[in-house]
Amino acid sequence: MTTLDLAAPSVQAAQSVWKLRWKRFRGHRAGMISLAVLVLLVLFTLSAGPLAAWFGVDPDATDLLSRYDPPSAAHWLGTDEGGRDELLRLMYGGQISLLVGLLSTLVGGMVGLFIGLWAGYFGGRIDALLMRFTDGMIALPLLPLLIVFGAIDLTKLGFSSEFAHSGAAGFWRVVVIIAVVDWTQMARLVRAATLSLKERDYVLAAQASGAGPFYVMATHILPNVATPIIVAGTLTVGRVILLESVLSFLGFGIVPPTPSWGNMLNNAQELVTTAPTLAVYPGLLIFITVIAVNFIGDGLQHAFDPRSSR
Amino acid sequence: MTPIIEIDQVSVHFPQGGGGLFRGPAAVLRAVEQVSLAIRPGETLALVGESGSGKSTLGQVVAGLRQPTSGALRFHGKPMGKAEWRAARKAIQIVFQDPFSALDPRMPVSDLITEPLRIQNIGTVAERRRRAAELVGQVGLPLDALNRYPHEFSGGQRQRIAIARALAPDPSLIVADEPLSALDVSIQSQILNLMKGIQEERSLSYLFISHDLAVVNHLADRVAVLYLGRLVELAERASLFAQPSHPYTSALLDAVPRIGRGRRRRGRSLTGEMPSPLDPPPGCVFHTRCPKVQAICKITPPLLEPAPGRPQHLAACHFKE
Amino acid sequence: MTGFILLRTLQALIVLWVMSFVIYGLIGLMPGDPLDVMIASNPGATPEVVAHLRAIYGLDQPLPLRYWHWLTDAVVGDFGFSRTHSEPVLTVLGPALLQTCKLMLISFTISVVMAFVLGVAAARRPGGWADGAISLFAFAGISVPVFWLALILIIVFAVQLHWLPASGMGTVGDGGFLDQVRHLTLPVTTLVLANAGQFTRYVRAAMIETMRMDFIRTARAKGLDESRLVVRHALRNALIPVVTVMALSFGTLFSGALVTETMFAQWGMGKVIYDSILANDYNLALVGLLFATLITLLSNLLADLAYGWLDPRISLK
Repeated sequence: MTTLDLAAPSVQAAQSVWKLRWKRFRGHRAGMISLAVLVLLVLFTLSAGPLAAWFGVDPDATDLLSRYDPPSAAHWLGTDEGGRDELLRLMYGGQISLLVGLLSTLVGGMVGLFIGLWAGYFGGRIDALLMRFTDGMIALPLLPLLIVFGAIDLTKLGFSSEFAHSGAAGFWRVVVIIAVVDWTQMARLVRAATLSLKERDYVLAAQASGAGPFYVMATHILPNVATPIIVAGTLTVGRVILLESVLSFLGFGIVPPTPSWGNMLNNAQELVTTAPTLAVYPGLLIFITVIAVNFIGDGLQHAFDPRSSR
Repeated sequence: MTPIIEIDQVSVHFPQGGGGLFRGPAAVLRAVEQVSLAIRPGETLALVGESGSGKSTLGQVVAGLRQPTSGALRFHGKPMGKAEWRAARKAIQIVFQDPFSALDPRMPVSDLITEPLRIQNIGTVAERRRRAAELVGQVGLPLDALNRYPHEFSGGQRQRIAIARALAPDPSLIVADEPLSALDVSIQSQILNLMKGIQEERSLSYLFISHDLAVVNHLADRVAVLYLGRLVELAERASLFAQPSHPYTSALLDAVPRIGRGRRRRGRSLTGEMPSPLDPPPGCVFHTRCPKVQAICKITPPLLEPAPGRPQHLAACHFKE
Repeated sequence: MTGFILLRTLQALIVLWVMSFVIYGLIGLMPGDPLDVMIASNPGATPEVVAHLRAIYGLDQPLPLRYWHWLTDAVVGDFGFSRTHSEPVLTVLGPALLQTCKLMLISFTISVVMAFVLGVAAARRPGGWADGAISLFAFAGISVPVFWLALILIIVFAVQLHWLPASGMGTVGDGGFLDQVRHLTLPVTTLVLANAGQFTRYVRAAMIETMRMDFIRTARAKGLDESRLVVRHALRNALIPVVTVMALSFGTLFSGALVTETMFAQWGMGKVIYDSILANDYNLALVGLLFATLITLLSNLLADLAYGWLDPRISLK
């Protein structure tokens, strides 16, 4: 028997599935346009640092003499209520908003993934408890609950006052509270998929050979739930960005001076009369981001669906 | 010769309904009820019965996929301990009915075939590759099959892959759960011949689960007939096919279509439906459909005993032939 | 049927009870405590006096005990006093609840009607230009931040065009019907635009699914005309899943209402909850949140009932 080089061709075969999906995704026009838009948005927010250096402007320094300045050569989109450069604030705020969207989805998704896997695979009491819990979570009014979480005084939980009022605390608080209320959907999804996958004969065959639960989950279940997780995760990012923006807008999310697209509209009542354009920009960016993310999710769903043609 | 595996008075019950946080089960499904069997080295024991007779569940018990509710298993004469289980996981493998669900669609064939070896940490990566190459040859697939994925194969080819996987750890017993019934008839005979050939080469045992008596007649050494989770007849193939002792077995045999035999032998084909295993009838479980039913059948369950004049032919009937 | 309703009501009550404990605990973690305003407004308060006051109000007791006192009072209908309004909590919440229900029901009805019209239109030729335009509208509705949409509507219709009032529920001295309608127009528009998108997607998906079914093909083969086919056969079957999801999205609608009321200064539940949390009005915030939970639970129960009522195949056990 000659030695066989098995690695190379099998990698090729695995790639062909993703190639096919990429081909299908490319056929989804809205998804492709959205992908381009999202890449541009990310580049836009990332250019904040270089741009600030180039202008020689401190984006956080307030200048009360030049509040609500109209667009000029020095401030391309004018200045905000603190006399800060609006364009730079939008870029930095975007970094925060996008990062919250990604991190909350990741944290909530991981929690949901593990709990869903566990409940689906082992069933029993844990599963019953999880289902009752997620039923309850669905029945709750999300935003008021988030506001209560956002209003919690961290010093009462034993954190130092210094930390509780720092920008980092504000950031992580938003990430954590959104993940806390948002993991249940992922858990349900993974649980349902696990329930059906664990009954497959290939899982039974592995178990007959002595495979333990962790082997089965890692080898046979996780790779097969990856597809729905990616689609659901994408749509979650959009929802999370919206949640962050409304929380920050209401004053319970990202706390100024750290900018986020939501809290840049904090003083909306003043903006509508004095500088309506400043009320337009941040919201428009949220809108474009979320709609792009949702269209990409739609495109992925189409690309991953084995029944869809093209 | 000590049997590879013995099951002793094994029952499997499934609690139905309930399953909530606090509620208990509403009913109990008795899938297998006090069955004792032994599988000897090199033999093919066929497990036959209608769907719902508990034959698949029993196969899963033998393959170590299901804990029996009561009863004991013995491996090479020893009660199942940790060491016995470890050995049994290598020695007993399983092949399933549906070749489409039996193979993980995301694994190339080489990985699929060597999975039992990886799970049990047998051999190095290179050794496993060599083994995979050997095995695809033995089951009659080309070498380049190793790098392909299950969806590129037909049902029969997939069943060959599943058999190769079962052969990987060099087992002494393969539980084959209806391995042919999802395949086209022309393919069935190919797989059947493959299984026979492999058995001759390696002196392998099969627990062959099937509802197709024609196939069983072709392959089996001994036959066990299950009805509603109970073992109703256990005999050498020739003896059972020539002169079945239990009326249920007779009815099953009569239902087999035969080419070139003008009239049916005797008895009648089965009428009515199998009672629910949630609520099996009292006495002999077959009495609701039995052509020979008497008063005693409705009260006293018959024991599995030798048929008159045939010490090796066991049947559970008050009026066995 | 009655058994089913009883069981679900019991479940809802349990969720409500668990929530009351969770929210009670969370509110205790918000900054300040019920006495700080009283102490701040009284410069003569010595630490002894403060401690005495705490004892009187039971604030020195551990959390479970305090919760137990609150609960025993609450079940007999005593929800305490709102300190910012100096009125019993229920007196404050009553009109707010009414206002929120009005806002939600009106926008829910309009959204549903709009969703059916658009959804059916889109589903008639999936992939066509109408479908594309409607899908874009639906995605926009799902993706728009509600508070920003409200802001834009205020800027355009109130600040720039002066067509409609930007805030409040009625002009002082004019409580007429038309005046109320004018004040409700922008909030309702906001909520409708934000919700109709999701609803339209449900209707469209359900209609496309139904139109593919065999009985529709049969009806078409019989020569039934297309509009009758859509209305009499397809729509009826698509209704079942759609109504259920719509009723289940009442919670989302409530979140939208909270934002909308805050933006347009409408005295509803959302605004009350928001203000009370900002002002550390513990009693009011707690009961307001529980009411919000109750509304969502009730709408979920209604969704279940509607499901059983619409689909003869489902028997409610």
